[in-house]
Amino acid sequence: MRLDGGAIATLACLLGGAALLAIFNLAIAAGSALHVPSFVVSIVGKYLCYAILALAVDLVWGYAGILTLGHAAFFALGGYAMGMYLMREIGARGVYANPTLPDFMVFIGWNKLPWYWYGSEHFLFALILVVLVPGILAFVFGWFAFRSRVSGVYLSIITQALTYALMLAFFRNDMGFGGNNGMTDFKDIIGFPLDKETTSVGLMLATAVILSLAYLLARATTRSRFGKVLIAVRDAEPRTRFLGYRPESYKLVVWTLSAVIAGIGGALYVPQVGIINPSEFAPANSIEAVIWVAVGGRGTLSGAILGAVLVNLGKTWLTSALPDVWLFAIGGLFILVTLFLPRGLIGLFSGRGSTTAERGRQSAASEAVMREAAE
Amino acid sequence: MTRKSGGGRFLWGAFAAALLLPLAAGLGAAHAAGDPFLPLAATNFDIEAQGVEALATSGNPRAAAVIGALRDGNLFAWKWPRPNPPLYIRTTKGFVDARTGMAVANPPVSVNLRRVIVNDSVRAAIETAEGALGLFAKATADRRKAAEALFQSANPGALPLIRRALKAETDAGVARVLREAEAAALLKSNSGSDRARIAAVKRLAERSDLSARNLLASLHNQKPAITAAIATAIHAIDYRLKLWGLLENVYYGISLGAVLLLAAAGLAITFGVMDVINMAHGEMVMIGAYTTFVVQQLIAASLPALNGFGLLFAVPAAFLVAGGIGVVVERTLIRFLYGRPLETLLATWGLSLILQQAVRSIFGATNQDVTSPAWMSGSLQLGGLVLTINRLWIILFAVLVLGALMATLRWGGLGRSIRAVMQNRSMAAVMGIRTPWIDALTFGLGSGIAGIAGVALSQIDNVSPNLGQNYIVDSFIVVVVGGVGNLWGTLFGAMLVGIVDKFVEPFEGAVLAKILVLAFLILFIQRRPQGLFPLKGRAAEA
Repeated sequence: MRLDGGAIATLACLLGGAALLAIFNLAIAAGSALHVPSFVVSIVGKYLCYAILALAVDLVWGYAGILTLGHAAFFALGGYAMGMYLMREIGARGVYANPTLPDFMVFIGWNKLPWYWYGSEHFLFALILVVLVPGILAFVFGWFAFRSRVSGVYLSIITQALTYALMLAFFRNDMGFGGNNGMTDFKDIIGFPLDKETTSVGLMLATAVILSLAYLLARATTRSRFGKVLIAVRDAEPRTRFLGYRPESYKLVVWTLSAVIAGIGGALYVPQVGIINPSEFAPANSIEAVIWVAVGGRGTLSGAILGAVLVNLGKTWLTSALPDVWLFAIGGLFILVTLFLPRGLIGLFSGRGSTTAERGRQSAASEAVMREAAE
Repeated sequence: MTRKSGGGRFLWGAFAAALLLPLAAGLGAAHAAGDPFLPLAATNFDIEAQGVEALATSGNPRAAAVIGALRDGNLFAWKWPRPNPPLYIRTTKGFVDARTGMAVANPPVSVNLRRVIVNDSVRAAIETAEGALGLFAKATADRRKAAEALFQSANPGALPLIRRALKAETDAGVARVLREAEAAALLKSNSGSDRARIAAVKRLAERSDLSARNLLASLHNQKPAITAAIATAIHAIDYRLKLWGLLENVYYGISLGAVLLLAAAGLAITFGVMDVINMAHGEMVMIGAYTTFVVQQLIAASLPALNGFGLLFAVPAAFLVAGGIGVVVERTLIRFLYGRPLETLLATWGLSLILQQAVRSIFGATNQDVTSPAWMSGSLQLGGLVLTINRLWIILFAVLVLGALMATLRWGGLGRSIRAVMQNRSMAAVMGIRTPWIDALTFGLGSGIAGIAGVALSQIDNVSPNLGQNYIVDSFIVVVVGGVGNLWGTLFGAMLVGIVDKFVEPFEGAVLAKILVLAFLILFIQRRPQGLFPLKGRAAEA
């Protein structure tokens, strides 16, 4: 696979930026003006996790035309899988000093680990869960949805219903995932204490590397023959079907891949923020992820990363400086971007012709005109 | 139970008790026999409490006045031991004799008096006693309440009182409750012939409510014939209770369905007819609720005489405010996004965030207090069903709104244009309909209906900036289940979702009910993406 200028710039920004941040945090003494405080490192780590989620959303929305309003569900499921491992790592250091049961289970009076917690004390098993749980859920959901040709806004609404239902389910104490409070008070990850600076730098660097790999994977997928068919499905599904392809299979593959990527993002997110609770499933989170992609530029991959970082930067700044303005700002962003920036920020800079997404919309529009004329 | 029946046995001989009590209190005086007021002068709270009950059931004409005085702390007794101690009631005009109600010729010196004080058990006895005294009140409702209280207490000591009240009772409804109270008291008293007791069991079985069932279940050590009758009666009551419970669930389901219908009717217009995904629909509902609040405040400030009718003014106001906002939104936002449903969804989501924050900035994040007028509060008893009046109004209101909406679409000039544009936009334009203007009005109509829904919701839900969010997901479910662009389908969908929700709830809890409804929706869309009642013909293709 050949990398073009844009991809090289994206990777350079990501890896170089992360490395610089790590150096300025660890190698420069705390008193110096060039020193980067640790909280900045963990915030950047968080943004990079969001960027992984945005990448996953862009993969399905930008290239397969599936507007998902429930991707945060996969993100949160990955996070819960990691949270289970981190919870078990605490061991006897919890408040109730129970070597096997997490605190919240002792608190609600359970005396035995439920079967779905078996094996969660092994890091490798947790990694398998991080991939499998969102992947299997997405596969089953997609298999039903795409085979019965649910598409457009209906699909959007049921993805939202999916994450809403999961949120309600995880709020229940008897689910065995900590109910309302979720899981927190993590101590360490594979032996590295989470409150040490070097651990958070390491997690941030790992996130940057995994984001880069996910970017390369997504790029390879969308530029392959498979990706071409996917774009064809997005722009004219019936036509693609008439040409002999099976759109549902293509959608299912990319949908599952995207869910797995989102789950990995969530797994990286939890040790860095130190908590996972059911509010991560809130429909608003999923919709916010969509706006990151829209702001950066739908169907551009690097735009998704850019959008996630920029919007969250703005959110961090606004919610502390002017908390009342934040909802106005994000709401206005939704409207302005959809009305005036259909190609996002990336589209603004790469001024050469229309992107594939734009062309797709034009062809869809002309198709609609033709259909109307035919009636 | 034992404590109660022990007290009951004591009260069974109420007059005998009055005879014995002074002895127990050490006040013994032979000529005090039969004086029902004497226990009130005792310094022992238990004797005092029993005395209150005995006095109430004695039928003494002064009972009400004396018990009332005791409650208000206006009853005074002679402070020093003496036979047949006098009791006085302090009034604004001085002391009167408690027994006769006559003014006292030479007023007692306060140093010789002590206020008769009460504790919790006496206070409880006063409450029961005042209930029993209500049996002879003028208003039927009061008598009914008193009879009901007597039934609940199932006090054998009250039997003579109940029988006397029965003789005097003219209202059939109150008489029925009295007979039930009589049956309950009789069963508790362990007296009466077998035939009378079986008849009493049957009477309770006819009453068929939970308290009758509990009372029957509490009777032990009965004769075999009576035990058998009780078992049959409990069985019959359980069956009827289950039936009423079923009906009650249907009622709750319909009432939830009516709420959903109100919230979804507007959505059926914007989503169903215009194919616009309006995520800000919930916020239109919220704005309607806030309009209600503002209208109530304005009326309270300027026309207090109309306070009870604020809602009547709020309905058109909410329609105009929400509808006006809808028209503005359509002209400035939606019209650029026709044919791009996914973009519409994102933009209106942004709009919903802005509207929420705007309301939060203006009114604050706390809940606003919207009052319910008197004619909307209370409840209606229908057999074993308790129907709350405000829910009934909302059901009625939902039906009216749906009817008005259907009539507008069917016969109204605007409705005709809306249908024409929906069926064939270009042909409608050729016929001279200004389609952009119709689009704006259609969106305004849908939003206005949402505003009206807000007026109703302000009566049963918290008026907060998040009000709309609680209904938006449910509303979409309703519209999708019912089939897009079909108001009958919306009605059916709302009732279906409402009733299913309420039927699952008692078994699985509210949260699981919601999850099941959502799971049902996910499966449903996959089976029937066009809803239960899809549009047929050419419109279905578009």
